[in-house]
Amino acid sequence: VLHSQISSIEKQATTATGCPLLIRCKNFQVIQLVIPQERDCHDVYISLIRLARPVKYEELYCFSFNPKLDKEEREQGWKLVDLNEEYNRMGIPNNYWQISDVNRDYGVCDSYPTEVYVPKSATAHIIVGSSKFRSRRRFPALSYYCKDNNASICRSSQPLSGFSARCLEDEQMLQAIRKANPGSDFIYVVDTRPKLNAMANRAAGKGYENEDNYSNIKFQFIGIENIHVMRNSLQKMLEVCELKSPSMSDFLWGLENSGWLKHIKAIMDAGIFIAKAVAEEGVSVLVHCSDGWDRTAQVCSVASLLLDPYYRTMKGFMVLIEKDWVSFGHKFNHRYGNLDGDPKEISPVIDQFIECVWQLMEQFPCAFEFNERFLIHIQHHIYSCQFGNFLCNSQKERRELKIQERTYSLWAHLWKNRCDYLNPLYRSDHSQTQGTLHPQMAPCNFLYKFWSGMYNRFEKGLHPRQSVTDYLMAVKEETQQLEEELEVLGERLANLQKSQLNDNKVKSKQQDRSKQLGLSTSNNSLANTPQEYSNDLKSFPSRSPSQGDEEDSALILTQDNLKSSDPDLSANSDQESGVEDLSCRSPSGGGCLPSEDSGKDSDEAVFLAV
Amino acid sequence: MLRSSQPLTGPNRKRCREDEMLLGTILDEGERGFIIDTRSAQAAKQARMTGGGTEPKSSYPQWRRLHRPLERGRPLQESFIKLVEACNDTSINMDRWLSRLESCRWLSHVKAALSTACLAAQCMDREEASVLVHGAEGTDTTLLVTALAQVILDPSCRTLEGFQGLLEREWIEAGHPFHLRCARSAYSHARLKQEAPLFLLFLDCVWQLSRQFPFSLEFGECLLLTLFDNAYASAYGTFLCNNEKERPPCLCKVRESTHSLWAWLNQPGEKKKYLNPLYSHNALVIWPSVEPQSIQLWQGLFFRWVRSSQYLDEAWAETQRLVEDN
Repeated sequence: VLHSQISSIEKQATTATGCPLLIRCKNFQVIQLVIPQERDCHDVYISLIRLARPVKYEELYCFSFNPKLDKEEREQGWKLVDLNEEYNRMGIPNNYWQISDVNRDYGVCDSYPTEVYVPKSATAHIIVGSSKFRSRRRFPALSYYCKDNNASICRSSQPLSGFSARCLEDEQMLQAIRKANPGSDFIYVVDTRPKLNAMANRAAGKGYENEDNYSNIKFQFIGIENIHVMRNSLQKMLEVCELKSPSMSDFLWGLENSGWLKHIKAIMDAGIFIAKAVAEEGVSVLVHCSDGWDRTAQVCSVASLLLDPYYRTMKGFMVLIEKDWVSFGHKFNHRYGNLDGDPKEISPVIDQFIECVWQLMEQFPCAFEFNERFLIHIQHHIYSCQFGNFLCNSQKERRELKIQERTYSLWAHLWKNRCDYLNPLYRSDHSQTQGTLHPQMAPCNFLYKFWSGMYNRFEKGLHPRQSVTDYLMAVKEETQQLEEELEVLGERLANLQKSQLNDNKVKSKQQDRSKQLGLSTSNNSLANTPQEYSNDLKSFPSRSPSQGDEEDSALILTQDNLKSSDPDLSANSDQESGVEDLSCRSPSGGGCLPSEDSGKDSDEAVFLAV
Repeated sequence: MLRSSQPLTGPNRKRCREDEMLLGTILDEGERGFIIDTRSAQAAKQARMTGGGTEPKSSYPQWRRLHRPLERGRPLQESFIKLVEACNDTSINMDRWLSRLESCRWLSHVKAALSTACLAAQCMDREEASVLVHGAEGTDTTLLVTALAQVILDPSCRTLEGFQGLLEREWIEAGHPFHLRCARSAYSHARLKQEAPLFLLFLDCVWQLSRQFPFSLEFGECLLLTLFDNAYASAYGTFLCNNEKERPPCLCKVRESTHSLWAWLNQPGEKKKYLNPLYSHNALVIWPSVEPQSIQLWQGLFFRWVRSSQYLDEAWAETQRLVEDN
């Protein structure tokens, strides 16, 4: 477990066996270490706290991680995702949009990239003027352009309008965006905050666009809560996950009380609104929140994903994150705690986006080229700091630290292992994968499921033993191999027939198919063990029948009992099904270590459990 | 595994030598058995007042009694009705959806049913002990437990053929009163006294198993939905009447005058629809997780008419295609 994954450490009450330390990780793994001596426990506690809160960037793993690649390979890795190429793919530059170098030295906005895309009619003067009227100078810039109808998604931060301030250049900027879409005579301005929050901002000299001042805009509040609410929401949900043997009621109440799924739905609904505006109405949208780097990023990337099937491919998804999160200055360091910082800045913003993607994958199983494991590994590495992509708070900071010369790119690593991340049900010619995705908006509360693959990732007992994805990938690969073989054999047969041998004994090798598909016939890997099925926790007093007419209570199968009576376990070569899997799910009650899968990339420092 | 109805102990603690002998023959000298009573201890005690009761320890010394109360009857029907109402309610906010779902208690019933079936299975597989299951009448929760336990324990019950045999044995022939239980479903205002969705609860539990063990059941969701439909309204005679006495040849002449659902399902053309392309014989016991995270709302059933299943159907078709191509 990398130190960077440690979220919090708790010293628990000393028991007979020793002093427990509960370690909660950012990837939702929870580990309990029981250390016999209190003094040692305290030492470990202090050390881990220091190690989990690095002060300098150089302390982070990415600066010492060595995948044994040469300089050129490292460089190539960083070139895998190229945003210029991406905007070209969208069809830019063209008559309506152009690249601007006004921010080339980060002189206009230090959290924006050096290269921004703006409407043709937005001069440098307009851009600079607009930036002065926007929080953190984050002026309206292009996120996504739809070449079919010229509608676009632009993003910015809130205007510094207060109660009555105006700025000619900012108004011109919005007009420029409107003019860049001749098919529509207005644009939507979407403020992703709750109306109350936005209004409160006016007292601080900020706020939102007044429809009276900006010609031809239709203004809309969406109502996604802020980072503090989200941080608390996740906290509450994780508390539910740590409940020991919860009832269905405990779980559902707890989940609702956290509000987590409600927030996920809010983000998704915003994305759907914007996608509809672009695809169905052909209207451009300007999105902002307060600073334009959290909710704005979430909502723009969800909308892009719905609109453009390219972002649902593996490469496209990497590009999407690079574009709307990395280049546009999402504060990775502050939000995910690369370095020790203000705990109030921490918030699961990108986690929520990643979950939105998963929710979509569940509704549209054929539409994404990648699978759940891809999402989980990306989330894992955002926190792991093993790669340099998600360091710092802006492109400017990353360039100052020379990230690309000193660290490696996650995208190259994932791309190298892309076979693990493919979705076997994806076909680029499938109806589901083409065009815009149309998730149902209402009524569809039930469509949002609890993502136990992420939040209970390390609890093996909760997940199906065998992965359908892996099985179907294996089937697909095997079919391909067999087809290739068939071709080869076909040619050989044709040749043999041509040469007219007297002896016509052409034996085509009959391979035993079932042997090749190791997964399906290996019954051992399907062995699993029962959990504790009783509600009450009184244990069986003894093996002999008890006296009297009392109600008998729980049947608790002790570990010894199970070890001897289950022949399946011993025959099982599967690392997962050890006795550790049983009885206790959560460390707060039992004290077992959740066991991990042998990761696919076992030669690296970090095990990534599926 | 045995099933029965409750012993008629009554308020005077009557004994019955034949019954004691019958249970005695099941166990060898020194062996131990379990009685799983699907009523709470209190309800079972109260049953004595009306002539029923439980097996007293002294008369059945080798048997240990466990109480695992499972909902049945009116409360279960209410739970079902509330759930369907919630699923059809377009006005619920995401704020309230989960608590509304919780208040129906349906998922709690699924969890309880699975847990009890697993307990029965554990007794047999792990403790290597015989199990007697009964509630009050032996026609509802009893059958739920014994049938589910067999799906968990026995791979042959997980084949299409075996599952049909299980249904015939543990539900139809065992005398689950389909005619009374599956009368009007969730929309009727009639609120019939005898109506209760035990069979649906069983199908839901089987669906949970198919989700947790996607390779281990030879049939798919489509079969379960078809069975649900036919239990309530059918062109076939399979689920008619309440027990064997009512079927042939006395009352209804079911076998002579109607067609069997199984005959229809098993035709090669039809059968394909119901098979699970991922199926691969699993000789082992399948132990489901009954944690709340593992138990999901059966969307395919409860939202069948509310939302399109198009994308999920396409995924299923793609899965079939991949396996067939191979």
